[in-house]
Parts: sequence; C-alpha cells; structure tokens
Amino acid sequence: MITMAFELFWEFFKIGLFAVGGGPATLPYLMDLTKTQDWYTMRELTDMIAVSESTPGPLGLNMSTYAGFETLGLFGGLVSTFGLVLPSLIIIILIAKFLENFDQNKIVKGAFYGIRPAVTAAIAAAVLQVCRVSLLVWHDDGTFEPSIKTIILCAIILGLLQVPKCKKIHPVFWFLGAMAVGIIFRF
Amino acid sequence: MRELWELYWSFLRIGGLTFGGGLAMLPMLKYELVETRHWLGEEEIIDIYAIGQCTPGIIAINTATYVGYKRKGVIGGIVSTLGMVTPSLVIITAVAAFLRAFMDNVWLQHAFMGVRAAVCALMLNTVYTLAKKSLKNAFCWVVCCVAFAVSLFVDIPPVLIILAAAVVGIVVFLGFKKGGEQS
Repeated sequence: MITMAFELFWEFFKIGLFAVGGGPATLPYLMDLTKTQDWYTMRELTDMIAVSESTPGPLGLNMSTYAGFETLGLFGGLVSTFGLVLPSLIIIILIAKFLENFDQNKIVKGAFYGIRPAVTAAIAAAVLQVCRVSLLVWHDDGTFEPSIKTIILCAIILGLLQVPKCKKIHPVFWFLGAMAVGIIFRF
Repeated sequence: MRELWELYWSFLRIGGLTFGGGLAMLPMLKYELVETRHWLGEEEIIDIYAIGQCTPGIIAINTATYVGYKRKGVIGGIVSTLGMVTPSLVIITAVAAFLRAFMDNVWLQHAFMGVRAAVCALMLNTVYTLAKKSLKNAFCWVVCCVAFAVSLFVDIPPVLIILAAAVVGIVVFLGFKKGGEQS
C-alpha cells in the first residue's frame, strides 16, 4: 500500500510540475497514465471529463482525486491531490519571493513562445484520443465500428456551439441535454 | 488566525463555485478578492493570472498559493491551497462512490453514452478556440504541427514534447530579438 501511495503521489507530482496552462493541459498527461498505469481507463477518463466540467473545481484536481479514490479510497485521493499541488506551492512561493517581474523575463518569454503552440498540439492530440474511444465502438478483437448516434449528436452540439447565443450556455446543460438524448434514443 | 481562516474560507468558496477551472475562475476571483475582501487591486489580479498561466501546475492552485503567500507567508499559501482543493476532494469522492455503486445500471449507461458525445463536442470546441488564440504566426503553426504529429505517431511522454518546445522557443525568441536589434 505504501508503494502504491508513493506511486500515486509521484505520478501526480509530475503532472503538477509539467502541465503548463492548467485545465486542459493536464489532459495529455492524464491520458498517458492510462497507458502506463491501470488506475483508470480511457472510458473512465472521458466520463470524468464530463463529471469534472459539471462539478466545481479544476479538471486536474478532480482527476487526481478520482484516480486516487479508485486505487486507495479516500486516502489515495488525498495523496494524489497532495502530489498535484505540491509543485505549485513550491514554485509559486519561490517566484513570489524572488522574482518580481517573472513574466517579463526574456528566457521565460522565449520558453512560452515555444510552449504555447506545443501545448495546443498536445491537447489536440489528447482530444482526438477522447473522440476515438467515445465516437467509435471498440470490440474485444480490436475491430471497431462508428457509433452513428453518438457522432450525430456530437456534430449537432459542435454546430450549436458556434452559434453566438449558445456559446454562453454552461457545459452542465449540454451534458444534461445529452444525457436525456442518450436515454430517449437508447445510445 | 482569523485571517488564515478567511483565506481558507474564501478559496473554498472560489473552488466550490467555479465550474470548469482556468479562465472560468477569473470573474469569481475578482468578486471574492478584489470587490469583497479588498485583498488585491484590479491589476494585481491580472498579473497573478499571467504568472499562474506561465508557471506549471493548475492555474487555480497557483493563484491560491500566490495570494495566500502575499497575505500570510508560506502558511497562508498552504491554507489557501487547502481551501481550493477541499470542494474537489469532497465532491469527486462522493461522485466516484456513487458511480461505483450504479455503473451497471442500463439507464445510466445510456445517459453516459450521450454525455460522451457532448464531451467530444465541447473538447473539440476548446481546441478550436485555443488554436485561434495561440497560433498567431508561422512559427507557432510549425511548432504546433510538429508537436501534434509527434504526439500522435511517436510514443513518448508529453513532458518531453513540451520541454523540447520550450528550448526551441528560447532559441528562436532570443535569436530573433538579437537579429531585430542589429538591423
């Protein structure tokens, strides 16, 4: 159990240390964990994105709590969340203490000049993976077929999101609507 | 002691009332820290936000740590962060316990299949908005396309891609600056 707890702490510590840009930036790392650990599956990650966006709190925090809880119960949730926030605590306190104009620093600016588009790319790749497990039905032998109903619903929502009036609708309402559609049309 | 409690309580409220994290938090922070408590000025919030965005970690946690530290030192930073994580810990533990108990229910499965469609749509939309904001010139496009191809086709941890991009960014940014000054 101690090893497990340490592993949880360490993996989420790394996410806290390397995910720059918050929220969606943790997604590529969370997805990487589905390959290296068996704490949660891609499916569960997708469900957790929905849960995360409909409950208060950042995705990264919610995911660390969830992964920890699934593996070691409440204690696990505490351990992985502690791992996730520790780098922030250390780095921010150091910056607040020593660097007055951190965001004006040339090296920092340069690094972010490269990091921002790369983060966008990493998030885009992660989102594609989410779509791959959500919009296709995978069979045990590795073959798949498109899940027509899900793809149509996804396209409709994506279209609606481009309408200016719909942009301000809170994600939770999209999820509730999609839940209703899922139940009525037996997805 | 009283101010530590206030820090904890403030950030608990911000964490518990903000959906989606990141940018969605800005109005909440302003309301709680600038307008209600007068702990920060309007401009300070933007500065903290900029620092939160260009340091590793969850933006919400970075902001909480920064404000807490500025008010009450290291203890303040820790207390504020604790406030911020409390709602997530409580809510997600409850949700995870609930899902575990009911996941075999057929109706819940239909509902979650529907939700997946919405998740895809919202995430695709996020990527689209993000790309519009962050890809402003040819250099950004090149970095983005290379990083995208590498993420998809090469099996390496995302950390390495981000670190490599940081190095490329520093080299190009500083090189470009120098060239600009000479001419």
